[in-house]
Amino acid sequence: MKKWKYLSMTALLGSTLLIGACGGETSGEGTNSGNGMEQTENGEAQLTGSVSGDGSSTVAPITEALVEEYKAVQPNVQVSVGVSGTGGGFEKFIAGETDFSNASREMKEEEARALEEAGIEFTKFEIAYDGITVVVNAENDWAKNLTIEQLKEIWIEDGKAKKWSDIDPSWPDEEIVYYAPGTDSGTFDYFDEVVLEGEDLVRSAQLSEDDNVIVQGVASDPYAIGFFGYAYYLENKDRLKAVKVNGVEPTREAIEKGEYTPLSRPLFVFVNNAKIKDSEAFYDFMKFLLENAGDMAEAVGYIRLPEEKYEEGLKKLDAIK
Amino acid sequence: MKYMDETAVLKQIKSRIRKNNIWKSVFFIATILALLALAMLIGRIISQGASFIDWDFFTNFSSRFPEKAGIKAALVGSIYLMLVVAPTSVILGVATAVYLEEYAKKNRFNDFIRANISNLAGVPSVVFGLLGLTIFVRMLGLGKSILAAGLTMSLLILPVIIVAAQEAIRTVPKEQREASYAMGATKWQTVFCVVLPAALPGILTGSILALSRAIGETAPLAVMGIPVIIHFLPDGLLSEFTALPMQIYDWAKRPQEAFQSVAAAGIIVLMIILVLMNSVAVMIRNKFQKRY
Repeated sequence: MKKWKYLSMTALLGSTLLIGACGGETSGEGTNSGNGMEQTENGEAQLTGSVSGDGSSTVAPITEALVEEYKAVQPNVQVSVGVSGTGGGFEKFIAGETDFSNASREMKEEEARALEEAGIEFTKFEIAYDGITVVVNAENDWAKNLTIEQLKEIWIEDGKAKKWSDIDPSWPDEEIVYYAPGTDSGTFDYFDEVVLEGEDLVRSAQLSEDDNVIVQGVASDPYAIGFFGYAYYLENKDRLKAVKVNGVEPTREAIEKGEYTPLSRPLFVFVNNAKIKDSEAFYDFMKFLLENAGDMAEAVGYIRLPEEKYEEGLKKLDAIK
Repeated sequence: MKYMDETAVLKQIKSRIRKNNIWKSVFFIATILALLALAMLIGRIISQGASFIDWDFFTNFSSRFPEKAGIKAALVGSIYLMLVVAPTSVILGVATAVYLEEYAKKNRFNDFIRANISNLAGVPSVVFGLLGLTIFVRMLGLGKSILAAGLTMSLLILPVIIVAAQEAIRTVPKEQREASYAMGATKWQTVFCVVLPAALPGILTGSILALSRAIGETAPLAVMGIPVIIHFLPDGLLSEFTALPMQIYDWAKRPQEAFQSVAAAGIIVLMIILVLMNSVAVMIRNKFQKRY
């Protein structure tokens, strides 16, 4: 018995020392080092290197699909992408920790200033369209169409509890229940900008970083209203109703043609110029991204840009290389 | 001759037995309620996710197709993470506990340290994430690596391990130490050959429970910006990685409903790992405790 105990203790200490020693030997590579090229048997250029990004959870499904497909083309390029939200992603982009940043809104002035101070030059690429979809419960048969003014009236904080009848007297005399994306998301920021025009969102709104919580919330309360990216509506069409905004229904066609204004928005990838110059692997990944973003966006529920926009992007990419 | 009134006693006993039964059922119901909630949770997760668990689930990376999504990167990442967390936190934790219990004099300063370690155990994990982001990711330039995350997680569970190890060391009878000194052993010999072996079961149990907390934590990793979309395996301790809870959270956020089931499958895997770790802790405790 006693032996057993000594044995396990030595094993414990021994293994920890051993692992510690192993750890010391591994001299890993930094985030964006190495961009060597190797020739494979068939003569095709095989790149190595690593690419790292972070940002919007709205853009993440597109990136995931692209990373998945890119692995088949360049298996030795290590792409890692975080999902910290547009704001969280920019913070890391400014700190120089990431090569690219996904965003579901334009860059804010203070973010651009911080980048300038950090001496980071960047380029913005559009990769797809999304339509922010305002949804209500399936039982809601009154709010079929809302104007932007009405949306603002519904969502703005004006110090009192609002009822549907406050917006239109013919609507039910019931309190509105609100669900919205979290304040770190680009979706929230975009809505804040175009609908609320900078004023406060109703305080009683339940904010969630997980859009499925909004889906659940709106689907279970007949007097609820919420908004999120088009992909979430597409997946939950049978449980929720989309509201027409200014008379336009959020459909693929309306978003693509630019009729669904002002709630359709482009999704962006912001790229660190210096890292494109430095890393062949990163350049190659971005090229792959721009060539395939349309297909991948459609595959995960977003809307592709017109082909010219991608070509324009590729030209921009070549210009900074 | 009668010493007591039997009927009176019987009467009293009846009411006492009744009272006893009432309390017994209250405690029983409390236990059952907790177990029922747990069973419902586990039942729901298993019924939702079990069909997604197959060999491919362990050998595939995550994917935009729910049926192709796998847990490979996260599972390997979590194992690597444990390789950093386990040695760092256990060595530092046990060493601190030995110092505090065996060497440190009883004075204000050491009391202050002791009180603070107990306080640290109650600090929210997000705070440790911020600490890790500032110190390990940025100041030390480790990036979003396994090492940076591992050290952060070690700090997170260190107080728990220290407290557990302290308790374990304290339960070693004083007589054993004195016997050791009487045989002419030095302080170090006493600590290493008498105290630590006797305290080992307690230390290991505490450590394993703390480690299972580390493997399930999401908040510090999210704050540090540990990536989720990753289609490669780490090739060293400075490599980027993702971990099980991050991957599960990412799946749960996806719009497609099928991903909820993939997330449930991920939870099952995480749960199995936790149950395994906890049963090892129980095994160790049972194996050694019989001796006293």
